[in-house]
Amino acid sequence: MTSLDEKAVEHLATLARLKFSQEELKTIRGDLEQILGHVDQLTELNTDAVEPTSHGVALAAKFREDIRGAGLERDIALAEAPENLGEGFCVPKVIDG
Amino acid sequence: MSKMCDIGIGEMTRGLESGAFTSEALIREVLSQVERDQALNIWLELKPSDVLLAEAKTSDERRSEGKALGPLDGVPIGIKDNINVRGLKTQCASKLLEGYRPPFNATVVEKLLAQGAILVGKLNMDEFAMGSSNEYSAYGGVKNPWDLTRVPGGSSGGSAAAVAARHVPGALGTDTGGSIRQPASFCGVVGLKPTYSAVSRYGVVAFASSLDQVGPLARTVADVETLFEALRGEDPLDSTSQELPHSDSAPSKGHLRVGVPEEYFGEGLSDEVRGALEQAKAVWQQFDVEFVPINLPHTHYGIATYYLIATAEASSNLSRFDGIRYGQRASDARTLEEVYEETRGRGFGKEVKRRIMLGTFVLSSGYYDAYYKKAQKVRTLICQDFDKAFETVDAILTPTTPSTAFRAGDNLKDPLSMYLADVCTINCNLAGLPGLSIPCGFDSAGLPIGMQLLGKPFGEATLFELGKRYENATQWTERRPS
Repeated sequence: MTSLDEKAVEHLATLARLKFSQEELKTIRGDLEQILGHVDQLTELNTDAVEPTSHGVALAAKFREDIRGAGLERDIALAEAPENLGEGFCVPKVIDG
Repeated sequence: MSKMCDIGIGEMTRGLESGAFTSEALIREVLSQVERDQALNIWLELKPSDVLLAEAKTSDERRSEGKALGPLDGVPIGIKDNINVRGLKTQCASKLLEGYRPPFNATVVEKLLAQGAILVGKLNMDEFAMGSSNEYSAYGGVKNPWDLTRVPGGSSGGSAAAVAARHVPGALGTDTGGSIRQPASFCGVVGLKPTYSAVSRYGVVAFASSLDQVGPLARTVADVETLFEALRGEDPLDSTSQELPHSDSAPSKGHLRVGVPEEYFGEGLSDEVRGALEQAKAVWQQFDVEFVPINLPHTHYGIATYYLIATAEASSNLSRFDGIRYGQRASDARTLEEVYEETRGRGFGKEVKRRIMLGTFVLSSGYYDAYYKKAQKVRTLICQDFDKAFETVDAILTPTTPSTAFRAGDNLKDPLSMYLADVCTINCNLAGLPGLSIPCGFDSAGLPIGMQLLGKPFGEATLFELGKRYENATQWTERRPS
């Protein structure tokens, strides 16, 4: 059974961009181990010769002409942003200098 | 209590056409029902009553000029809170999207509006559609109208409760692992998860993109069919949507064979649910329906498969909630990483964070093959079980849930016990099949029991045919919660 140590859970939290308290990390570690314990049952099945399925129903790729259509007006697109500069979304500085 | 609230969609259309009542009268009735039942916490936002009444009056005027837009003109409908209605909030019952107002309608909403339907408001749900009891809403749980100590099911708990409580005759929900069918069963209403790709997902907040479908809930199969006809169709804005193939849309009026998979009728099934399904079979057998035993051998691997695939897809879909373009943002965050981590850490509820973490693990380097790819292979085996079964039967009958509505708080102890409640509904999503939950009785505590019909891809017409044969011979949908 896959067990997760503290470092592994912290790494996942970083990948997922989620901040947890130490208490929460402990709880989540327990939850994940419990769930992973259940999903381990899939190892009972030999799937060497089985292709993976991404969609239950067959879908064909759709194409259209590369013609520009209507989009959201800028001020409408910015209206729901927590912070905006009138011209774009506002983020903390990421590049020094 | 007035009987106007008992009227279903079909009868509403006929009554409006004949002038027996007006849309304005219907809306007044809706408003009074909603006001009476505020303690059920069904609605997250209602359109202002003056706006609703104005829309109703406009519908009545159209009708009096002979210009009704469609069967749903003037009919009140509720919309689950993860489906965009411009001008109303889309919060997905989350703090992270508190106050967010989308600048566009979902395609399914455009289709209802094109018919003149009156969209009453947004319905409570489990946060980001992750849950089976509506207890994971950041705005409080919904109470089951049949027993206020019990859950309505989830994640479309508000949608099912609104229809059961006679607030509206129809509502939209979404279903990724059972989130329309299970609450429909717990609340004694009819719910359809359409074939994957039959209904556009544009403007619907994504949970798991290969599993999600929007679908209708109503008190009769005929009403669900009316709503499905209004919603379905290929949408250029959703490249996974397609038209129902013509050959599959004509139902058989004659003999139908229904498979009964023994895997769904094992130990965990309550005796009362088992008994109700036996009685349902006896009803159907009077109407040219034959039941044959079948096997779906990989059934019990469904929960594990689903919780690997759905959480992986969800972890990707929910990465867009970063506090930059919409929703709440942690105002004290200084760096970009802090904006992301604090916003998401504080804004998402426990269950959502748990699933994002699981999904992140499943897709992470070193584990992808053993978990995500493995689950996709088992998904193939589950699909093949159904393909084989449908060579000899037209539809499959199962319980919708192994038991009736549980009490609030019963399944919150550990996440796995909540997940295991989805065992009957989940494989249908993995295989992309249509699934229809129909009320088939009540248990000794007066709680509704639901049964599920699964169809071939695009086999909705067969499900409706079977459903109507049963419905025309029974009266479960006339019983109302006190």
